[in-house]
Amino acid sequence: MRTIRIQAGVFDVNAEIAALTKDAANVGAVVTFTGHVRGDDGLSSLTLEHYPHMTEREIARCIGEAEQRWPLLGATVIHRIGKLMRGEPIVLVAVAATHRQAAFAAAEFLMDYLKTRAPFWKEEDRGGAKRWVEHRESDAQRAKRWE
Amino acid sequence: MTLLYFAWVRQKIGRSEETLALPEGVATVGELAAWLAKRGAGYADAFADPKRLRAAVNQDHVSFDAPVSANDEVAFFPPVTGG
Repeated sequence: MRTIRIQAGVFDVNAEIAALTKDAANVGAVVTFTGHVRGDDGLSSLTLEHYPHMTEREIARCIGEAEQRWPLLGATVIHRIGKLMRGEPIVLVAVAATHRQAAFAAAEFLMDYLKTRAPFWKEEDRGGAKRWVEHRESDAQRAKRWE
Repeated sequence: MTLLYFAWVRQKIGRSEETLALPEGVATVGELAAWLAKRGAGYADAFADPKRLRAAVNQDHVSFDAPVSANDEVAFFPPVTGG
């Protein structure tokens, strides 16, 4: 089962795990990663924009690549958009597999690929001073590890 | 063709979307970016340093030497920063 959602509202991790595992007979492992808005250097909020349709396509492509590499039983990617305050959850990746090795690896792979491929952009707000987040070379290097 | 702009590219140009007839002599994403850079101050600023930009054609990431044609959806944006 694949779930891909782009939404403004918060997600419920337990509900997503329940949905992910509901129809999969042989689930032995679920790994979830939740990313939160870091309060770097007095950051008060982030505003996220994305490229509708391409975002979903790129995430689907990332999940497809993960499925080629590991025996997965399901994957969920939920990414929030709009204004998010410091500390709020921003992204959820959940992967179900029969064994934990595949679930751990695929969850990390999906986050690394998502960060370098899915068309999202963050604008930071520090007390009214706004700045677009710069692409980080370390993220590109992390994604390259999987090539 | 449909052009889409995101993040600071959108802000500098002052719009998120426009439609355009494929300009004469433009066959690649890079040539389109160079053509757009001459359209006005906002465009010149947005396209001043193509190395800071990324592009997609019909919602696939592409390099600047990728071809463009009349009915394409072409997007210009900074490197992505989601997750």
